[in-house]
Amino acid sequence: MVPTNYYLILSAILFGLGVLAFVFKRNIITIFMSIELMLNAVNLAFVAFSQAMGKPDGEVFVLFVIVVAAAEAAVGLGIIILTARNRRSLNVERVDLLKL
Amino acid sequence: MSGVLIIFFVLAGLAVFGAVALILQSHPIHSALSLILVMLSLAGLYLLMGAEFIAAVQIIVYGGAVMVLFIFVIMLLNAGEEERTNFSKLASFAGVPLALALAGVIAAGVARSSGHLPAPSPTGELTSTRELSKLLFSEFVYPFELTSFLILVAIVGAIVLAQREHN
Amino acid sequence: MPILEHLWIIPLLPLLGSAINGLFGKEWPKSTVNAVALGSTGISFLCAVEAVREFLAGGSESFRKEFFDWIVAGNFRAGFDLQLDQLTVVMLLVVTGVGFLIHIYSTGYMAHEGGYYRFFSYLNLFMFFMLILVLAANFVLLFVGWEGVGLCSYLLIGHYFLKKSAADAGKKAFIVNRIGDFGFMLGMFLLFRTFHTLDFNALFAQATPLPHEAMGQFGTLTVACLLLFVGATGKSAQLPLYVWLPDAMEGPTPVSALIHAATMVTAGVYVVARSHVLFTHAPTAMYMVAIVGCATAFFAATIGLVQSDIKKVLAYSTVSQLGYMFLGCGVGAFGAGIFHLMTHAFFKALLFLSAGSVIHAMGGEQDMWHMGGLSKKIKTTFICMLFGTIAIAGFPPFAAFFSKDAILFSAYNSEAGGKALYTVGLLAAVLTSFYMFRLIWLTFFGEQRYDEHHVHVHESPLNMTVPLMILAVLSLTGGWFAAPALWGGKDYFAEFLSPVFGAAEAGGGEAAASLEHVLSLVAVAAATAGLLVAWRMYSKKVERGTSTGLHKLLYNKYYVDELYLGAIVRPLMWLSENVLWKVVDAGVIDGTVNGVARGAASVGDTVRHTQSGNTRSYAVWVIVGAIVVLAIIFWPILSPAVLGGGR
Repeated sequence: MVPTNYYLILSAILFGLGVLAFVFKRNIITIFMSIELMLNAVNLAFVAFSQAMGKPDGEVFVLFVIVVAAAEAAVGLGIIILTARNRRSLNVERVDLLKL
Repeated sequence: MSGVLIIFFVLAGLAVFGAVALILQSHPIHSALSLILVMLSLAGLYLLMGAEFIAAVQIIVYGGAVMVLFIFVIMLLNAGEEERTNFSKLASFAGVPLALALAGVIAAGVARSSGHLPAPSPTGELTSTRELSKLLFSEFVYPFELTSFLILVAIVGAIVLAQREHN
Repeated sequence: MPILEHLWIIPLLPLLGSAINGLFGKEWPKSTVNAVALGSTGISFLCAVEAVREFLAGGSESFRKEFFDWIVAGNFRAGFDLQLDQLTVVMLLVVTGVGFLIHIYSTGYMAHEGGYYRFFSYLNLFMFFMLILVLAANFVLLFVGWEGVGLCSYLLIGHYFLKKSAADAGKKAFIVNRIGDFGFMLGMFLLFRTFHTLDFNALFAQATPLPHEAMGQFGTLTVACLLLFVGATGKSAQLPLYVWLPDAMEGPTPVSALIHAATMVTAGVYVVARSHVLFTHAPTAMYMVAIVGCATAFFAATIGLVQSDIKKVLAYSTVSQLGYMFLGCGVGAFGAGIFHLMTHAFFKALLFLSAGSVIHAMGGEQDMWHMGGLSKKIKTTFICMLFGTIAIAGFPPFAAFFSKDAILFSAYNSEAGGKALYTVGLLAAVLTSFYMFRLIWLTFFGEQRYDEHHVHVHESPLNMTVPLMILAVLSLTGGWFAAPALWGGKDYFAEFLSPVFGAAEAGGGEAAASLEHVLSLVAVAAATAGLLVAWRMYSKKVERGTSTGLHKLLYNKYYVDELYLGAIVRPLMWLSENVLWKVVDAGVIDGTVNGVARGAASVGDTVRHTQSGNTRSYAVWVIVGAIVVLAIIFWPILSPAVLGGGR
């Protein structure tokens, strides 16, 4: 049996890697993907807790997270398409019209 | 070392490998494929924990729909290799330490507090699909209906946003 | 007892009249304004009479009623409490009665003046505050009235506010009063600290069993009484705070009559008399009161000898007579002081109103050197003024003879320099008689010193002359309460006030009675002396000489105003301009406010660099925030590791 701790630490590592990608990558789509990575890490933690405590509530929440992530991906990618058309670049640092 | 533990470490290793690849790859399509690898290994981990339904949903929705969407958009926009610009001094200096600090805080907090929890059981009588659906349609029926509404909003939004411009 | 239960009606009616006239009077015709003003004052007077009647019918028991709590803080309570005892009866009848007569007179005097409704509104407001002052049962409410009459004095003196001298005079009155009020407040604070109450009954009950402080010892009661007296010198125009009263003559004559003769200036005497329990325990303070009163009486009389403005003569005369009242209180004859207050209200109001009548007849002329020979032209005014003058000089059987006589007699008998006080007071009486008869002769006799073609001398209308005649009768008969004492009978006035002031000054048998007769004759002789000198100097042809030497000094009021200007006013203004304005206001306050603004701006200038427009740096800030929040949430778990330094 795998102790719950291991799953949780794995979740933390994946989350940290997601944050790292978020800070480091410059392509908008890649940054979006790092958000999906972070959400997945959280899902892992939820499921681990749910199974450990024997209550299905955590898994219900995971379902909702997946749904919301999907919706968010759809709308977010739509925005990315628009931005890419406007700025003719997928580099997030090129979207800097608010710079002083 | 029981078999379960070995499988766990393999899958975990694959997940971490995929995540690291996501960071290190320069072409977004490669990053997307790495993410798919992460999701598949996570699905495997869910199966290991006994949450079959979630594993199935993960593969179908995340792997089959969301990631496909990502790849479509990458192709649509003809994304190339990433530019190496570095306009933000803050991100380049403080980014790595802060991310590691965040991971460390979470890991420390989690590690210290959950040592007493029992291991997830693969058999899962209490958390089977049946129990899950019972809960979903009784206690959580209101959020469930709302999510359908949310998806509708997302569809409409995505269509409106991504239309061709009317000239 | 209906009225006594609702004593608040008496001050409330003038307040209502003031409010109505003030808010609506601008559009109304004069008759409506008159109706409101006279109606409220008149009904108030009737209510006062009724209250007195009930008071007497109820056995003259001192009456006190608390109407509502105003200040309640811990153990201290100052409420809207009104009381009625014999002293209040005297003050109440004087204020409402003389006030009503002056209101009637004003309808005639102010008929052609601007700001008619405003005048009556403020006059009614003054009545309200003065009634609050005399009816109050604790120092706090009394002080409300005290301040209020000062305010109304300012408003009324500056009635012709477009005239710079009038506006300045109003300011001067208010500011000098304020100095006195400061002393009064300090006195109140000291009394509160000592007795923990400011209610009259409670305070005096606590003070009565205390030992008398020795002469020369500045104990608590002495200091408190002296501070209260400082307030009284401000309000009642004694040395050194009398300077505002002559300037206050810039106001219309009815104002001078009501406020600066009959009522407001007597508030100081009232306070001293009301606090007689405290004063009798502090002989040093009483002595100071007597000395200041006596000195003022003489000092002001000397200035009045040479003034040419008819109202200024009367103003200095008021200051002088107030000195007499304080002299009376200072030697322990509180009843005599109040008696003189009452008779003075009658004859001084009469004198001022008559002077107003003369001014009105002369079309606004106030300089006596431009009058003369008016006795045949304005007979009624002349007779009334003559009554007033004979009264103030102290000839029997007119009112002031009895009151002045009582004061001088008590002064003579007092220990600690009584003879000196008596002598100076007697001299002042001589001077009083002199300058008043000088006024009569310059104004009404001799040759005409004005141009008939420019000035049409006419008698005043009935609404002005009838109050004059009523006051003239009162000036004659007002003292007859005390008359029987002269031939061994009872002094009814002193007896009436005895429940308040303690047993009337004991007769002391035959020797004292004959001494009193002798002193009365001396007083009459003094008055006659003044009359004769004035007759000698002014009844024939007079020429106005040049002013030199002593005359110049007196004419310029001993240059006291100039002294105050140089010694006090200029340094204060320098201080205000250079220190308080430039340093404190512009430098410190503005500097702080501007500095805060500058600080905010500079902070903003620094912080704005976080808004770099670069998404990745925003992402970093988000992570920083997330770390902080997570650390706070996980702190109970993490702290043993962090603080304990390892597991």
